[in-house]
Amino acid sequence: MSVVTMTMAKALNEGLRRALERDPKVLLMGEDIGKLGGVFRITDGLQKDFGEDRVIDAPLAESAIVGTAVGLAIRGYRTVCEMQFDGFVYPAFDQIVSQVAKLHKRSDGAYTMGLVIRLPFQGGIGAIEHHSESPEAYFAQTAGLRVVSCSTPNDAYWMIQQAIEHDDPIIFCEPKSRYWEKGEVDLDRPAHDLFSSVLRREGTDVTLIGYGSSVKTMLRAAETAASEGVSLEVIDASSIAPLDLAPMVASVEKTGRFVTVQEAPHTASIGSEIVAELTQRCFYSLRAPGIRVSGYHVPYPASRIEEDYRPSVERILDAVDRVMGFDT
Amino acid sequence: MIDEELVQLLTPEGERVSHPDYTSTLNSEEIFALYRDMVIIRRLCNEATSLQRQGQLALWAPLQGQEAAQIGAGRAMAPMDFSFPTYREHGIAWCRGIAPEDMLRIFRAVTTGGWDPQKYRHAVPTVVLGNQALHAVGYAMGIQRDGAEEAVLALFGDGASSQGDTLESFVWAAAFNAPVVFFCQNNQWGISTPSSLQFKVPLYRRAEGFGFPGIRVDGNDVLAVYEVTKRALENARVGGGPTMIEAYTYRMGAHTTSDDPTRYRVDAEVEVWKHRDPLARVKALLTREYNTKSSAFDDVVAEAESLALKLRVDVLAMGRPDPITMFENAYAAEHPLIEEGRREMIELGVSAGSPA
Repeated sequence: MSVVTMTMAKALNEGLRRALERDPKVLLMGEDIGKLGGVFRITDGLQKDFGEDRVIDAPLAESAIVGTAVGLAIRGYRTVCEMQFDGFVYPAFDQIVSQVAKLHKRSDGAYTMGLVIRLPFQGGIGAIEHHSESPEAYFAQTAGLRVVSCSTPNDAYWMIQQAIEHDDPIIFCEPKSRYWEKGEVDLDRPAHDLFSSVLRREGTDVTLIGYGSSVKTMLRAAETAASEGVSLEVIDASSIAPLDLAPMVASVEKTGRFVTVQEAPHTASIGSEIVAELTQRCFYSLRAPGIRVSGYHVPYPASRIEEDYRPSVERILDAVDRVMGFDT
Repeated sequence: MIDEELVQLLTPEGERVSHPDYTSTLNSEEIFALYRDMVIIRRLCNEATSLQRQGQLALWAPLQGQEAAQIGAGRAMAPMDFSFPTYREHGIAWCRGIAPEDMLRIFRAVTTGGWDPQKYRHAVPTVVLGNQALHAVGYAMGIQRDGAEEAVLALFGDGASSQGDTLESFVWAAAFNAPVVFFCQNNQWGISTPSSLQFKVPLYRRAEGFGFPGIRVDGNDVLAVYEVTKRALENARVGGGPTMIEAYTYRMGAHTTSDDPTRYRVDAEVEVWKHRDPLARVKALLTREYNTKSSAFDDVVAEAESLALKLRVDVLAMGRPDPITMFENAYAAEHPLIEEGRREMIELGVSAGSPA
C-alpha cells in the first residue's frame, strides 16, 4: 500500500494526471491552465506532458469553455473545464443549466454529457470580490447536474478521477482555502464512492454536517467541544447533490441533534435541504430542531472581515449549545 | 437593399448570372432534386401550420421563404458532416434524412427530443439563441483531435447575432482554426426585432474582424447557397478553417404560430420578397433550360401531398406519453431523487411504471 503526503492542490493535479493517462478522450480546458498551470497551479505541468491538444489554454470566455465542452462531449470527449474562480462561473450558467444539465434528456439518451466543471469555491483566502463565493446551491437545484465537494487531499485525488469517469455532468467544488493543506493520499484505492457522505469523527451528543472548507472547521469545533465534555459527530456531505442521506439519518437517530455548516447564505441552501430531509426522516428521534450555521445574507464581504462571515468554531459551538439546551 | 457583394447564380426570374468566384456545378437531375426537396418541405411546413391551427401541435415555427437556404446548405453537407440547428431548421433536418413526423414530436409536445442526433448527425434543436454555435465549434475541435476529414455546420439566425455565445463561438473557431461553417439565415426579423436594431454593418462582414472569411449569398437562390456552402465545408474539412455564410433571405410567415407579424411589419415588404420566391425561379429555370415537363412538376406536388397526408396521420397517432417517461434519461446513472419520483408516481397510480 502506498500512502503519500501531499497538498490538496497536488492531489488534484495527480488525480487529473491519472485520468489523462488512463483515457485518451479526457481533455482539460480552462483559462491559463497550460503554461501557467492555472492560477492555483492545479494543472501544473500537465500541458507539458500531455500536449496543447489535451490541456487546452482557452480564450477568456467561460460560456465558451463549457459550450465547446458540450460539443466535445457529443463527439465522445470528456472535458474537465476549469472555472478560474467561483465568481466567474456565471457567464457559463446558461450553458450549464440550459444545455449541460438537459442534453442527455433532450437527446433521449443519445448524448453522454460526461463533463466535469471544476469550481474553486468558498472564501478564506483574503481575496478581492468575486473570488470567494459559494454558488453550489444554484447547481444543486438543477435537475440533470450533480454537485460534489472534496475536503481532504485523499478525496480530492480520488473524487476528481471518479467524477471524470462518471457519465453525468458534475460540478466539482474545490475549497480553495484548503488547497495548500497537506494530508495522506492512498494511491491504491479510494476510500468511498463518489456520491457519499463521509463520517469524519464519531460522537454522541450532536451531529455536525457540512462540506468543503467547513469540514475542517467542524473538526476543530469538535476538538474544542471534546475538551469541554461535549461529543460531536462530524459528517462530510461531500456529495452535495444528490445528498447521501443514510449516514446522516443513522447519525441523527443516534444523537437526536444536528447542526449544518456552510459558507453560503442559508436561504434555499444545501443546509436548508439537509434540515428538511432530516426533519422528515428522523422526526421521532429529534430532540431539537436542526440549526443552520452559514454565511450571512449579504454579498460576500471585504476579505478583511470575511472571518466574521464564514462559519467559525465559535459560531458552530454556539449552535451546538442551542440544540443542546433545547430539551433541558 | 441587397448588398452588391451578394453571391447569386440565379435571379428571381430564373435567369442564370455569372459570378467571378462561383459557378453552378449541378446538372438538370440535381437541380430538379433540389426543387423537389423545396416543394416537399414547404408543403410539410404548411401541413404543420394547419395541424397547429387545428389544435394538434402546441406550436410551429414555419420556414416559408427559407427553403432555398436550408435545402441548399443541407444538400451541400457530406454524410459524415454534423449540423447544429435551431428550432426552424426543418429543411436541413429533411436533408439529413430525419422523418417529418420526428421533426414534429417536440411541437406535438410529446417529447423534448425527437430523433437520434448521433444517427442522423444532426443535433437536437436548440431554443436558447446561440447556445448551439458553441456546441458546433466544440464538436469541430473533436474532429480535429480525431484527425477526421469532416466539417460542422453551425446554424443560427440574425436573431442570435447579438448573443454572446454566437460571438464567442467565432473567437473559438478562429483561435483553433476549427472545421466549422457558420451558416446564418438572415431572415430580417427576430420575432418583431428588425435587423436594424441588431447590426449596423452587414452580418457577413463581422467574420473578417474575427479572422476568417465571410460571404453573403442570396439565401433564396438554392444554386448559389449550395455552391457557397459546399466550398466552405470542403475548405473546413481539409484544415482551411471556419467560414461564415450569411444567407440573405426573408421569413415570409410568422416567427411561430404564436406570433402576429402584422403588428410590426408592413405588407409592402412582404410583397417585395414574394417576387424573390426561392421555388419559382428554379421552376422557371428547369422549364426554360431543360424543358422539364409539367407532368414532372405535377408528380412532385402529388408526392408532397401524400407525404403531408402521412405526416398528418402520424402526428394524430402520437398520444400522450406515459408520465413516468419524464424520469427516463434525466440522468445517465442511477439517482436517488429519480427513484423517489418514480416510486411516488407509481404509488399515486399515475403510471404503472416502466421497465427502464
